[in-house]
Amino acid sequence: MILTKAQYEEIAQCLVSVPPTRQSLRKLKQRFPSQSQATLLSIFSQEYQKHIKRTHAKHHTSEAIESYYQRYLNGVVKNGAAPVLLDLANEVDYAPSLMARLILERFLQEHEETAPSKSVINSMLRDPSQIPDGVLANQVYQCIVNDCCYGPLVDCIKHAIGHEHEVLLRDLLLEKNLSFLDEDQLRAKGYDKTPDFILQVPVAVEGHIIHWIESKASFGDECSHHAYLHDQFWSYWNRFGPGLVIYWYGFIQELDCNRERGILLKACFPTNIVTLCHSIA
Amino acid sequence: MAAVLESLLREEVSVAAVVRWIARSTRGSEDNPGEAAALSSLRPLRKEFVPFLLNFLREQSSRVLPQGPPTPAKAPGASAALPGRPGGPSRGSRGARSQLFPPTEAPSTAAEAPLARRGGRRRGPGPARERGGRGLEEGVSGENLPGAGGRRLRGSGSPSRPSLTLSDPPNLSNLEEFPPVGSVPPGPAGTKPSRRINPTPVSEERSLSKPKTCFTSPPISCVPSSQPSALDTSPWGLGLPPGCRSLQEEREMLRKERSKQPQQSPTPTCPTPELGSPLPSRAGSLTDEPADPARVSSRQRLELVALVYSSCIAENLVPNLFLELFFVFQLLTARRMVTAKDSDPELSPGVLDSLESPLFQSIHDCVFFAVQVLECHFQVLSNLDKGTLKLLAENERLLCFSPALQGRLRAAYEGSVAKVSLAMPPSAQAVSFQPETDNRANFSSDRAFHTFKKQRDVFYEVLREWEDHHEEPGWDFEKGLGSRIRAMMGQLSAACSHSHFVRLFQKQLLQMCQSPGGAGGTVLGEAPDVLSMLGADKLGRLWRLQERLMAPQSSGGPCPPPTFPGCQGFFRDFILSASSFQFNQHLMDSLSLKIRELNGLALPQHEPNDEDGESDVDWQGERRQFAVVLLSLRLLAKFLGFVAFLPYRGPEPPPTGELQDSILALRSQVPPVLDVRTLLQRGLQARRAVLTVPWLVEFLSFADHVVPLLDYYRDIFILLLRLHRSLVLSQESEGKMCFLNKLLLLAVLGWLFQIPTVPEDLFFLEEGPSDAFEVDTVAPEHGLDAAPVVDQQLLYTCCPYIGELRKLLALWVSGSSGRSGGFMRKITPTTTTGLGAQPSRTSQGLQARLAHAFFHNQPPSLRRTVEFVAERIGSNCVKHIKATLVADLVRQAESLLQEQLVTQGEEGGDPAQLLEILCSQLCPHGAQALALGREFCHRKSPGAVRALLPEETPAAVLSSAENIAVGLATEKACAWLSANITALIRREVKAAVSRTLRAQGPEPAARGERRGCSRACEHHAPLPSHLISEIKDVLSLAVGPRDPDEGVSPEHLEQLLGQLGQTLRCRQFLCPPAEQHLAKCSVDLASLLVADQIPILGPPAQYRLERGQARRLLHMLLSLWKEDFQGPVPLQLLLSPRNVGLLADTRPREWDLLLFLLRELVEKGLMGRMEIEACLGSLHQAQWPGDFAEELATLSNLFLAEPHLPEPQLRACELVQPNRGTVLAQS
Repeated sequence: MILTKAQYEEIAQCLVSVPPTRQSLRKLKQRFPSQSQATLLSIFSQEYQKHIKRTHAKHHTSEAIESYYQRYLNGVVKNGAAPVLLDLANEVDYAPSLMARLILERFLQEHEETAPSKSVINSMLRDPSQIPDGVLANQVYQCIVNDCCYGPLVDCIKHAIGHEHEVLLRDLLLEKNLSFLDEDQLRAKGYDKTPDFILQVPVAVEGHIIHWIESKASFGDECSHHAYLHDQFWSYWNRFGPGLVIYWYGFIQELDCNRERGILLKACFPTNIVTLCHSIA
Repeated sequence: MAAVLESLLREEVSVAAVVRWIARSTRGSEDNPGEAAALSSLRPLRKEFVPFLLNFLREQSSRVLPQGPPTPAKAPGASAALPGRPGGPSRGSRGARSQLFPPTEAPSTAAEAPLARRGGRRRGPGPARERGGRGLEEGVSGENLPGAGGRRLRGSGSPSRPSLTLSDPPNLSNLEEFPPVGSVPPGPAGTKPSRRINPTPVSEERSLSKPKTCFTSPPISCVPSSQPSALDTSPWGLGLPPGCRSLQEEREMLRKERSKQPQQSPTPTCPTPELGSPLPSRAGSLTDEPADPARVSSRQRLELVALVYSSCIAENLVPNLFLELFFVFQLLTARRMVTAKDSDPELSPGVLDSLESPLFQSIHDCVFFAVQVLECHFQVLSNLDKGTLKLLAENERLLCFSPALQGRLRAAYEGSVAKVSLAMPPSAQAVSFQPETDNRANFSSDRAFHTFKKQRDVFYEVLREWEDHHEEPGWDFEKGLGSRIRAMMGQLSAACSHSHFVRLFQKQLLQMCQSPGGAGGTVLGEAPDVLSMLGADKLGRLWRLQERLMAPQSSGGPCPPPTFPGCQGFFRDFILSASSFQFNQHLMDSLSLKIRELNGLALPQHEPNDEDGESDVDWQGERRQFAVVLLSLRLLAKFLGFVAFLPYRGPEPPPTGELQDSILALRSQVPPVLDVRTLLQRGLQARRAVLTVPWLVEFLSFADHVVPLLDYYRDIFILLLRLHRSLVLSQESEGKMCFLNKLLLLAVLGWLFQIPTVPEDLFFLEEGPSDAFEVDTVAPEHGLDAAPVVDQQLLYTCCPYIGELRKLLALWVSGSSGRSGGFMRKITPTTTTGLGAQPSRTSQGLQARLAHAFFHNQPPSLRRTVEFVAERIGSNCVKHIKATLVADLVRQAESLLQEQLVTQGEEGGDPAQLLEILCSQLCPHGAQALALGREFCHRKSPGAVRALLPEETPAAVLSSAENIAVGLATEKACAWLSANITALIRREVKAAVSRTLRAQGPEPAARGERRGCSRACEHHAPLPSHLISEIKDVLSLAVGPRDPDEGVSPEHLEQLLGQLGQTLRCRQFLCPPAEQHLAKCSVDLASLLVADQIPILGPPAQYRLERGQARRLLHMLLSLWKEDFQGPVPLQLLLSPRNVGLLADTRPREWDLLLFLLRELVEKGLMGRMEIEACLGSLHQAQWPGDFAEELATLSNLFLAEPHLPEPQLRACELVQPNRGTVLAQS
């Protein structure tokens, strides 16, 4: 699913200030029926994350936290079963899971002797049963299961998707008889930067030499692609030469501009792979 | 000096005698007494002769080549002191580095005046940049250049030289009137050392008695006064005469400009507009004067001078062979004689034999002279590249003046295979990551490792940016990248990081700039990178990329200053911008090491006795290998010179006087960065000058002005001078240096002698090198020098300025409108080969001597093959031991560690202690490595040797070769293994221990026993991510908020659980975290089912899930937990207050599902009774509504009241019985 920049921007335009709920996703799918759902979800998630990054700071001032906490307390006193925390998050345009974390931290500060450690908070978010307050536990749980962009469940889904595509890619490589070293093998050898796969014998795709392949189970938008270029793709080039990135959920066409330089983008496993002929070599 | 020339012209002495007289300080026995007498009276002037001759010729040609291509020459005054002479006033000459020929104190003689004009003429082409610019700015009006024109006028006004006055060149600054003739492209001229500008103020008081070597101008604050004494050591000690001030200022400015040049832009500057503009007008207005042999005036005189001149060239008495050839080519291709303002005087025979009349009176004279000289140097010409030969052979003037020479040249052209193409450096390819040198084990700390990781990336980021922008106008390296580079260098705190970075830098440098056509990205001395080999095939693409990267090749005239063309500019600018002394120091260390290593490389020596075709094939390889080594050395040495002398180079004028003395005293204390003197001496002794000298020249070309004054370096220069003199091209004999080898050395040395920082007087030393330049050669008879390692390709690659000859000829053909780079430069891809490292040369005994003797009579390829095989097998052996023996030991270590952990409990004790225990147990096994290694080498080497040697190799030779290979490989492998095996095992075990201990940590459950799905599985199960997502949706629907129309159907739930089962059974895509979350979600789902909280779609009546459906779903879940989950399922969460609390919200409360679930859990052995009891117990402690607490207590009692069942493991057999739990639950 390769989109032009214009197509992408049309989608992104529809995502401004949309809460990350399953209802929003449903509407998005109706609006763009021709796009794959996974692509839409990936774009939605990325756009929302950009939005949160921009507004993150304003929710973390002590005044804001205090006011949210008071509103939460007032809300649950009135009705503990109502989705107080979720409504609050949607109202102030903040991710429910992050709001849950904020309130949980604030709550623990008030009720515990020492400030809660990050790992304790994470553990409680993963398993709200550990939260000492039953009402808060339910509120937090509700936020987490209703958030489709943040939270431990979403993180796990993303991780799983990434892993699944790596496995998929590995299978495809095996099927094509291309021998490779995977990340774990590379790490064991002490490589400092490790793409998903390094081909032991390079191949050519559409006339470009490929030494390594990186699988990205997301949509390649400008922001993420530039970050990846800087943190990963160029680093791979710096060590292993030119390579291939597969954005399984598509990418913005205009970003595929470094082919000559040694970074090729594809939205699927390439079909025409040219391998080194042993009779020539 | 003129006296010598005159006596020659009068045939009082023979040419041979003159040359002998110049070349040798002692009188040759073959001289006849008359000649000897004539010459001996002139002995004090002997060493002034050559500079005089060169200046004389240049001067004489000034009317023909008023503004032609530069023919710089450098010939100092005769008495100029050796630069290093302490306290010598010759230091004064440092200030006059721009001079061609420093003035001497020699009193003016009769012949002096003709040369006086040189000041004007000399400024012709060489300094075209300054000149051109100035000419346009100031010269449009026809006014004189400051200093030049004025002086010329003064000079021409000298009453003593009427004839010269007549031929005085007109105002050269007027480009309209005197368009440059056959000039080289103006652009590159800008980078020529501006020493060629030598405005010479002319002294009014010259006497006619003696010529002044005034091809040069006095240095700042000195004057070419009439101070007589020829031996005066302070020739320029006097102040400037009035009127010289502006000259001094001008020179000062020029010198500043000049000293800036080497540090300026990475590539030779492009033609500047003001230089380019006069070109069109020049082309149009010019008509070539035809040359006619019949119209040559005073043939005899020309022949004589040509002969003397040729002899000087042949004897290497001139500093730069190719410069003289260039000059001669200029004469050959001169277009037009500038007519003298006044009519030529009558040329009487009496005048002809003296110097009173101009030597070149017409184009005919020039061409005649040129052809005469060229005839004497046919051998050199015939060794030029094919393109030049073709142009020469096709030159109509040459044909006209000497059909014989033309014929020989044509024959030489037809026989020549010396096609030269100046390939561009390969494109940027990153240095590949090599775990052996780059992994964590090579760093002192994690931090250093990660810092270097980042630095590598920043380095390439900067490199990419440079590639993109450096050719854009207005882009500035320092502005664009400087701060980023310094920030990066700032992070290199640990010394070890510096060395890592330097290694990367140096490898990248070699990779990008090293070789012509070295596109394979193979770094010298390293095993070829398999990954990059396919890349090498894609040459077309690579070349295109290169073209982008490369600045257009521009010539810098016959004597360009040292530059950093193309990619080299990046590295130069990087060093400058980084301005880090740590980096520079590490870089120098590393460059020195690599230079030593490559310089000492045992390059195969030519065996003169195998001349068959087979060895020819081998010889191609040898040559290529030599070329790769030589070019790498030159590159490294250039950068070493650049960095080493960087602190001493600056725009300020070289110091003089006392300041210079103190600097000298200081600098002489500083040890050289690399002991180049010793390397040179050894190189000469071992007859490896052809390898050592070219890189040494590169190194020295970056020396600052003080360097040649230091004793240490002066020794080097003297050695080089002696070598230069000894390289007489016509002397060829067995075992001596090959012709092209000599030519290469002459070219690079000649170039070095023209570098502005090298004192011009250095060349014409009093203690002129005798022809008895003999070094004690300790080397075998046939050193590298005697091997034909240099070909034209290498010659032209090392000395691209030789190509200027071809340009000159081509411009003649194409007319003067030729533009820069009129030739299509073809690119010839060549491949580089990695060099096998030298086998270790330890333990040389009789066997070794025998082996050595064995190779002596075999073709060199045999030896290389054996050495190569030994090197590779030895290296493979070590790798094999690592992969087998060491890996086994590591596995043992892991299992031992597991035992330890089991016996010592979770903690397992101190990791360091554990490691010690393990190592003490395992390291002794390392002793096996040697035996295994020996066995490996025995097994592998013979086959490899057999495969690589020709089939026809005699059996005895083959078996000897095999045995030697086995021995060498074993020696190499065992040497390494015995030294390193213990440390290696230790390191690997340590890594394994920390790995195991880490894995022991947070997620022991993640390492399940049963991994992978059944063989028949086709992996069509739904993806875990999809399932988590689906279950999450159900959960979110259940906990709300939800729209009234939202819900799930029971079928959907069932289907979901069915899919979950499939996914759990096909483990292809499942990762531990996903399984954990699926487990957790399934428990949540169960709790919601128990509490009847799942909104069901359908008619309102069915809003709640039927009991039976709920049970069925719970059954499915129980089965999944029991059978399919491999990781732990947090079942205790079913009884967490939060999940049980869900029941509190339902009215009426239904407890039966919970009871059912609990019983089933016990039944299936998923939870123990005790565990459940404990959970139920803790539930009571929570705060509940009164009635709920009561009901909970009832449930508890009900569950507890049931009879104790046997322990789970015992009940495994009972599970096959009818579902007892269900019965119970329904009871």
